[in-house]
Amino acid sequence: MSKILEVRGLTRIHGRGCPLCIEATGPESDTNICPHCASVVAAHDVSFDLYRGEILGIIGESGSGKSTVVKTLYFDDAPTAGEAIFFDDGQQFNLFALNAARQRWLRNHRFGMVYQNPHLGLNFNVSAGGNIAERLLMSDVSHYGAIRARARELLARTEVLAARMDESPRKFSGGMQQRVQIAKALATRPPLLFLDEVTSGLDLSVQAAILDLILEIQHELGTAMIVVTHDLGVVRLLAGRTLVMKYGRVIESGLTDQILEDPQHAYSQRLVAAAL
Amino acid sequence: MDIILSVEGYAKHFLLHDRGKLIPSAANVNLTVRAGRLTALVGPTGAGKSSVLKGIYRTYLPSNGRLLYRDTHGRVIDLALASEHQVLELRRREVGFVTQFLHCLPRQGALDVVAAPLLTRGLDRDAARERAGALLARLAVPRRLWNVAPATFSGGEKQRVNLARGLIARPRLLLLDEPTASLDPDTTDRAVELLRELKQDGIGMLAIFHHPDLVERLADDVVQLSTPVAAGDLIEELV
Repeated sequence: MSKILEVRGLTRIHGRGCPLCIEATGPESDTNICPHCASVVAAHDVSFDLYRGEILGIIGESGSGKSTVVKTLYFDDAPTAGEAIFFDDGQQFNLFALNAARQRWLRNHRFGMVYQNPHLGLNFNVSAGGNIAERLLMSDVSHYGAIRARARELLARTEVLAARMDESPRKFSGGMQQRVQIAKALATRPPLLFLDEVTSGLDLSVQAAILDLILEIQHELGTAMIVVTHDLGVVRLLAGRTLVMKYGRVIESGLTDQILEDPQHAYSQRLVAAAL
Repeated sequence: MDIILSVEGYAKHFLLHDRGKLIPSAANVNLTVRAGRLTALVGPTGAGKSSVLKGIYRTYLPSNGRLLYRDTHGRVIDLALASEHQVLELRRREVGFVTQFLHCLPRQGALDVVAAPLLTRGLDRDAARERAGALLARLAVPRRLWNVAPATFSGGEKQRVNLARGLIARPRLLLLDEPTASLDPDTTDRAVELLRELKQDGIGMLAIFHHPDLVERLADDVVQLSTPVAAGDLIEELV
């Protein structure tokens, strides 16, 4: 098994920051807002490795910093400090040291993202098929017939009716919008996929179908994934390993079944006890 | 040597932060599992039988002791210290766990649920489903249920699916936690037959059975566990 991503000391502070920020925030201080300068320490010193084809879960409540981690890795947000190395085809990319054009290239070709809010991942002014076409165009596929065929194939794979390919996803149900987002994210067959609360707010039966789809895809394509969720059931089904975050810090990491059945940290114990 | 697992001085206790309590679950467990043999764990409820299996599978982080596993290549790994990726790799290739309960995806049919471990090992779908079908037939799961999701099955049917899923990949070391607890006598006989075959094929097993009769029928070694005493109680006794 080989490493696809190595994250070290990832930190994101919103605000000007001060020398006391780190010391005055975190699980022990019970806040992520610095009392001295009012900066928000969204994430601090997050480190982990991700292997090819592996699914890593990140759990925690709102404001724990779990989304911040994937947003910085997908270049939606810039970190304050830290390093992330992406290993791809024998090459290494030091993600945060790349220029904007290289970052955009990786984002369009080698990464995929599925957001909780479909408005962030989809363009509602074009059709479902058009959304996928957009992403293929950005990754240099330009033949009209080829784009259309690939879009049809992807939508079929994610179980969106081909007959609705030319409709705007605006008219779709929440579950269908997520399927289109997943199809769009997979368009370039990325080796690394970020999933940010993708099943939150969906009906239970729709949730189950989406989770099934994600696992099938991981099986077929061997895509490595980082799954951010507050739902312990989601990591139980999807993730081999899990990080637990609180107030911007990773407080515990381990095999998912161990985190759920034998959590070590007081906060993880409370989180698991509350869910069962 | 044919020893594939030797557990030396395993202990597990839970530290419950909110209640400020240390709960002992298993203490000073010693055992070996040999290739082609079945070691049965016996003892009263609360003696930590499941806790031993979960420690070996690393669902629990062992509190003490060494869990020495000898892999296919003859390397010895202390499971208590192995990295998460090492453990995941062993689970994929060598160590299987059958519990009383089935955790699977809601809309997958029984055949796919059983075939899944073979897919992770790289077998193609048709071949995997064929072997899954053969195993379900041996455990007398009616063919009409094969493409139905096990969520709707009876307890006994679910357990048969679970057992089939655990056995199909023929791991080198198989951990069994009451795998036949809700089976009728006839299906239990079929399961016993299967487990005997696995033994003949050289698979080593560590098992907990709900019924002493099964220990008699299947076990080559028996390890007796006794309920661990809480440190707090010990101190009180001393005082």
